[in-house]
Amino acid sequence: MRHEETIFSGFGGQGALFAGQLLAYSGMAEDLHVTWIPSYGPEMRGGTANCTVIVSEMEIGAPIIRHPTAAVVLNLPSMEKYEPLVKPGGVLVVNTSLVDIESERDDIRVIALPASDIAEELGNARMANVVALGALIEATGLVDFETVEQQLEEHLSERQREWLKPNKKALHEGAARAKSE
Amino acid sequence: MAKELLKGNVAFAEAAVRNGLEAYFGYPITPQSEGLEHLSGRLIEEGRVFLQAESEVAAINMVYGAACAGVRVMTSTSGPGLALMAEGLSYIAGSEVPVVIVNMMRGGPGLGNIQPAQADYNFMTKSAGHGDFRPLVLAPSSVQEIIDMVGLAFELAEKYRTLVMIAGDGSIGQMMESAELPPMQPVRETRPDWAVTGAKGREKNVITSLALGAENLERLNLRLQEKLAEVKANEVRYQTYDTDDADLLLIAYGTVGRICTSVVREARKAGIKVGLLRPQTLWPFAEDKIRELAEQARGVLVVEMSAGQMLEDVERAVAGAAPIRFHGRLGGVVPMVDEIMADLKKLDAETK
Amino acid sequence: MSVRVKDIPEEMEVVYDFPEAVAKVDTHYCPGCVHGIVHRLVGEVIDELGIRERTIGVAPVGCSVLAYNYFTVDFVEAAHGRAPAMAAGIKRTSPDKVVFTYQGDGDLAAIGTAEIIHAANRGDLLTTVFINNAIYGMTGGQMAPTTLPGMVTTSTPTGRDCAVAGYPVKMSEILAETAGAVYITRETATDIPSIRKTKKAIKRAFLAQMNGLGFACVEVLSTCPTNWHQDPWEAMQWSKEKMTEVFPLGAYKMTDEVKALKA
Repeated sequence: MRHEETIFSGFGGQGALFAGQLLAYSGMAEDLHVTWIPSYGPEMRGGTANCTVIVSEMEIGAPIIRHPTAAVVLNLPSMEKYEPLVKPGGVLVVNTSLVDIESERDDIRVIALPASDIAEELGNARMANVVALGALIEATGLVDFETVEQQLEEHLSERQREWLKPNKKALHEGAARAKSE
Repeated sequence: MAKELLKGNVAFAEAAVRNGLEAYFGYPITPQSEGLEHLSGRLIEEGRVFLQAESEVAAINMVYGAACAGVRVMTSTSGPGLALMAEGLSYIAGSEVPVVIVNMMRGGPGLGNIQPAQADYNFMTKSAGHGDFRPLVLAPSSVQEIIDMVGLAFELAEKYRTLVMIAGDGSIGQMMESAELPPMQPVRETRPDWAVTGAKGREKNVITSLALGAENLERLNLRLQEKLAEVKANEVRYQTYDTDDADLLLIAYGTVGRICTSVVREARKAGIKVGLLRPQTLWPFAEDKIRELAEQARGVLVVEMSAGQMLEDVERAVAGAAPIRFHGRLGGVVPMVDEIMADLKKLDAETK
Repeated sequence: MSVRVKDIPEEMEVVYDFPEAVAKVDTHYCPGCVHGIVHRLVGEVIDELGIRERTIGVAPVGCSVLAYNYFTVDFVEAAHGRAPAMAAGIKRTSPDKVVFTYQGDGDLAAIGTAEIIHAANRGDLLTTVFINNAIYGMTGGQMAPTTLPGMVTTSTPTGRDCAVAGYPVKMSEILAETAGAVYITRETATDIPSIRKTKKAIKRAFLAQMNGLGFACVEVLSTCPTNWHQDPWEAMQWSKEKMTEVFPLGAYKMTDEVKALKA
């Protein structure tokens, strides 16, 4: 059964919230139940930003969870906070460009990749969120890549249109790295 | 209409537009400001009225004025703003004009914080202002439900010429979920007979909450009470989950209500036969149904994001028919499934 | 003894009647109070402008709380100080109606300061009639924001000490500073010429709204013989002499468009 409770977390501006939305839109496009809930308020401004995304074949009860089945951590504070919380058997995607510690857990699958560096090579370090999302989807098989590409087309804002192709590349590059992990 | 990924705040605002909302007056406050922002664009686009007031005090009195003029009007706020509106709420109740208010509850008291909370329960259901009145209070637990309840709120407000509140919380406001908006309804073309529209071809209409003379005011109050009794008799709403064979009964509303659906699922997996009653109206309250279910249950667990405000109503309804445990989180902390499970297991053990 | 309206035989020749906009009922106002005069002026203006059937009044909290009983136009009764907010809610949803607030000094210059200033500043198309008698009448003669320095009231028993209680608030001067106001004037109603002048000001203030120009307010320096402990004549003279010293008469703001209106 497809069911994933994912936390996306990073500095404000790293696009953790958008990556989460992209996953939620993709889940919805595949007729799954979805919830997306952000941390909001003062911590939005400059501090860490995170969101919880649940994508499921079942109707969703609790939209806020203590132990995610997957976490995407884009910076060090996020790693410190969420690495210990991932459920055994879950997935942790780590942006090693900004996280210089390693997970010591052996009961989860850890995908460590330099998402910011990969994104920068593709033209813009701010696509690290999509690189990481690619890795997450590869690891969980939650939705199809085609669906995510479609949602990128629909939801990338007007002023970021020029980054559509590089974003698609970023998605697949993240997936490729996850596969080789 | 297709399903869309909608944020709770945007969803209630757009649902209001589509239900023929003619005017909105409000003041920004987290965690509901996206609703005000959405309406600032949409209502102007539709040629209707949007005004950002100088305070919640002014906002509610603008709402009051527009309601007297006979238009479909609403505002939205959060606890500290609702406190400022209390004056207007009482006048609105006393002069019997229909008004809808969304309250996205946040942590208190005082400035508190902006995290989700349910500590305005007593305020909304029991003491929304001075004098004897109660608003009708609806409690949605999902983005879809808040959309549906906006339409219902206008219907009930106009049917009973009363104040209807939608008790959301920060989580409902900030969450995005797939939901379906209603089709666009046209704005009403006529205004009610009682509204102030100019004394043309009729006697003047006066809308006031002033009733000099004790007997006079008592008559007004008795009429209000009669109306509230009718609301109580007809408008209790709740949703039950797996209550048919339940040994234990969970009671929770709003965000906590939906969290408890996960608890039911987990508990059933663990072999505990638990059911859930989720009140969809906080006033009137599902006391008869709660009493009925409590009589069949070994124990009741009430879960709230407050120190036990709804708990008092549950205690009154259960009236000793079953032991009651309470699990409350305060200050904006959202209770998690595991901690509710732990309490449920305790209740299970205690009542075996 | 005063004549009761209902006792006047109908077959007598009418030489002076109520305006149609004013209800034929006895008022509760004290002898020597200016409310009755100003009510009548508002009624005459409504009649002359032919707007009775599309006028909506907003009553305040204070002595004129029952203003709605004395007019034949639609009325709402606002919470203390909130008349401008309520009026804004009505006017914005009923732009074809003529909406006026009728407020006293406690209502407008104390508890409702924010509401009146923001209504004026937004240029809400409203007409405000502001009765300033320097005291809280209905609640029993306490200090008002407009109470004169040294004036004895039931809450300033030794006279208003401005170092403690602050200074008289000059609302017309303040409102004139707002960008949305087009006509702000301070008048009085203590003798025949000033009553005529006040009527003209009220008419101009209604016309400003009807012509879509902006916010207009007519402040009328008034009396309170009961709480001033004076007889009506003394009160009129006191208002004329003492109040105008602190609250100088005249138009504090009148745009060219308003000036061009034929009042």
